[in-house]
Amino acid sequence: MLNFPLWKRLLVIVVCLIGFAVALPNLFYARVERANDARLAMEGGATGTPELVADAARWPSFLPSGLINLGLDLRGGAHVLVEVQLADVQADRMESLWPELRDTLRDLRDQVGTVRRLDGPPGELRVRIGEPGGMSAALGAVEDVSQPVFALTGAATRDFIARGDGDTLIVSLSEPEIAAMNERAMQQSLEIIRRRVDETGTREPSIQRQGSDRILIQVPGIGSAEELLAIIGQTARLSFHPVVSRSSDASAQPGLDEVIYPSVDEPGAFYVLERRPVVTGDQLVDSQPSFDQNGQPAVNFRFNPQGGSAFGRYTADNIGSPFAIVLDEEVISAPVIQSHIAGGSGIITGNFTPEEATRLAILLRAGALPAEITVLEQRTIGPELGQDSIEAGRFSALVALAAVAVFIVLSYGLFGLFACVALLVNMLLVIALMTGIGATLTMPGIAGVVLTIGMAVDSNVLIFERIREELRTARGPARAIQLGFEKAFTSILDANVTTLIVAIILYFLGSGPVRGFAVTLALGIACTVFTAYFVTQIIVAGWFDWRRPKTVTV
Amino acid sequence: MRHLRLVRNTTTIDFMRYTRVWLVISALGVLGSIGLVLTRGLNLGVDFRGGTLIMAATPEPEDISTFRASLTGLDFGEVNVTEVSDDSGEGRHLVLMRLGIEESDTESQNAVIERIRAELGVAFPGIEFLQVDSVGSKVSGELVRAGALAVLLSFVGIMIYVWLRFEWQFALGSVLSLIHDAIVTIGLFSLLQLEFNLTIVAAVLTVIGYSINDTVVVFDRMRENLRKFKKMPLRDVLNLSLNETLSRTVMTSMTTLLALLSIYFFGGPVVSGFALAMILGGVICGTYSSIYVAGATVLWLGVKRDWSKTDTPKGTQFGGAQV
Repeated sequence: MLNFPLWKRLLVIVVCLIGFAVALPNLFYARVERANDARLAMEGGATGTPELVADAARWPSFLPSGLINLGLDLRGGAHVLVEVQLADVQADRMESLWPELRDTLRDLRDQVGTVRRLDGPPGELRVRIGEPGGMSAALGAVEDVSQPVFALTGAATRDFIARGDGDTLIVSLSEPEIAAMNERAMQQSLEIIRRRVDETGTREPSIQRQGSDRILIQVPGIGSAEELLAIIGQTARLSFHPVVSRSSDASAQPGLDEVIYPSVDEPGAFYVLERRPVVTGDQLVDSQPSFDQNGQPAVNFRFNPQGGSAFGRYTADNIGSPFAIVLDEEVISAPVIQSHIAGGSGIITGNFTPEEATRLAILLRAGALPAEITVLEQRTIGPELGQDSIEAGRFSALVALAAVAVFIVLSYGLFGLFACVALLVNMLLVIALMTGIGATLTMPGIAGVVLTIGMAVDSNVLIFERIREELRTARGPARAIQLGFEKAFTSILDANVTTLIVAIILYFLGSGPVRGFAVTLALGIACTVFTAYFVTQIIVAGWFDWRRPKTVTV
Repeated sequence: MRHLRLVRNTTTIDFMRYTRVWLVISALGVLGSIGLVLTRGLNLGVDFRGGTLIMAATPEPEDISTFRASLTGLDFGEVNVTEVSDDSGEGRHLVLMRLGIEESDTESQNAVIERIRAELGVAFPGIEFLQVDSVGSKVSGELVRAGALAVLLSFVGIMIYVWLRFEWQFALGSVLSLIHDAIVTIGLFSLLQLEFNLTIVAAVLTVIGYSINDTVVVFDRMRENLRKFKKMPLRDVLNLSLNETLSRTVMTSMTTLLALLSIYFFGGPVVSGFALAMILGGVICGTYSSIYVAGATVLWLGVKRDWSKTDTPKGTQFGGAQV
């Protein structure tokens, strides 16, 4: 009976030991956190000051050093949910189409007659033409100004679609174009917000897209959500300036109509630029990562016609001199003009890695937020409150553990003690799993762990009660224990699978802290089934083999 | 050593004696809770109602009316100010302020918070803002829908699972007992006018999880005994199963209760509401409903007694069981 094969016992013991090792750093949270920060700083190129070295030595590097992420409610910080007004982007796009369409239609005046714009819903352009008979010519004109887009379905369509209604020409964006525009606007917004939040230098900000048009921003350690919104709300400006000189002196006095901006890539370098930009980011229509003729990563960009001609004139006159690409008052790059750049498109080369080229391309497209954002939800948790919550959570967990342990030992004696060992292993495994999968611990999550303490014992109780019953009828203690484990298992499994269903639903429908709770609940259930069944059984089997008792009291 | 026994080894309590009475009482509990929610309503937190909640701490005890006066002076409409006890032992004085939503314009919501910070910072030097939550009406509506959907989906999920593992009578019994627990828990929150927020929705779902756990353990024993005693009347089989599992039911309720009491008393204000919901709805209602709603429903509906076709107890194949 209870003769587990050796490999199974070893496997369970190894799992428990790994769990212990992974959970261990969390018991010394502050110490390990400082050590990790110091190591990260030194890897990032910081010079190893005595303090950094001392901090790094606080935790031996051969030990695991992963820590549970603490949620905002435990660490303090700000949480902001914003909505990007994508409809504005579409309306803007239709606005910018009007001048071009008007010019094209005027060229066809003899066919379509006079052209007058009518009021229409945003995202739609309504034009009355004097000669309804010329509608097909007008539709053709729209066809001319539109560009092909490739939908996901593979069917090629145009970005604008037009239909005639009597003497009214109605132009709107096609579905694939709207989808593509929305996607671009969301990507840009995410990138811009990430860039601005990163500049604050706070640790581990989380910027996530939620649904089709929302962005959730969580920044630990920031003073308040208002502060965070102010940072996000700044408008980034992209512009191209002629370079006057390069300097390493930040306090150099720029001349009249000149400005001095720091360089992003070269620390300590500054550029004196003409204040008046040649072109601004508003005139940039596209930029993409690419490669130059030498196969080096580079960035392609394209201006609109106005920007293109201004840029073309400037480059023709200034071959050989540098110009600066400035974003948010910082020089991203200052390439030298190699040739006259006509046609409004050009290429930026530099010592880029492919990743940097991609990032720069996004940043160039980024510039200002593509659409206005509205705040749906803003929450601030002060750091003191977070600290209080951690302490309250830790204390209540210890009290719960102690109370349950005392109660269970009083009720089941030696077997109760086994259950306590299984409970401790359970807690360690939950912590280890959370650390391993990078789950976030929130205050409701701590409540979930404490609740797991109470409910984890249930599986052991089921087994022990069953052994008690079997002891009354079965032949001998060994058989009773074996039957107890076997018969209790269906109940344990059924009971926990149903709770797991609830945890999964909570995870998918919950938000923020509630999700954290769902994760701990689900992990708690998995660990409970494992420890109650395998760990307890191995302990009981080991004890039974060792003592060979004639009678057993549970 | 003599062990602590809360329940004697063998009990013969006739649980199924007054099933009709218990079903009527349970139905009254559900109807009463629905009535309470409809008449008294729920004390909805900012998550569901929208608006702003500010928790601030002052170094000196301040009169609540002074707070109310300085906030009313800012003219935001309805302001609700309450004092909160601080159990962190740092000698702070906590004040909770709630503001209704003024308009859908969220930009002004942000401006309101900044004005309050500025105003209170002048009126009460040394004031600290521990927590500021502001939820727009758009999100709060969605949170209500997501919460309701979560509860409904968990009913469906559990019903399907119990149906697959047992019989449809059991599935119906368990879901009826879950609906009972969820509604009575919400009714208790209405009765006591405790704040109902996102954490409480999580608690209601945990109540469901705990209650189904309890119900399934009892059902499991019923299924086993139905196979074992093919000739015994259904009522006796149910009573036998309930008595056999009584010791376990009491033990588990006790350990869970100990853990929850610890959260309630020491876990801090964020989760004390959660613990209370679990104690009342999960441990008390959940345990009661496993016997008197789920058990009684199965008795009332009757069960197929011929289990011979599926007489392969799955539990003994634990070697291949997947967890």
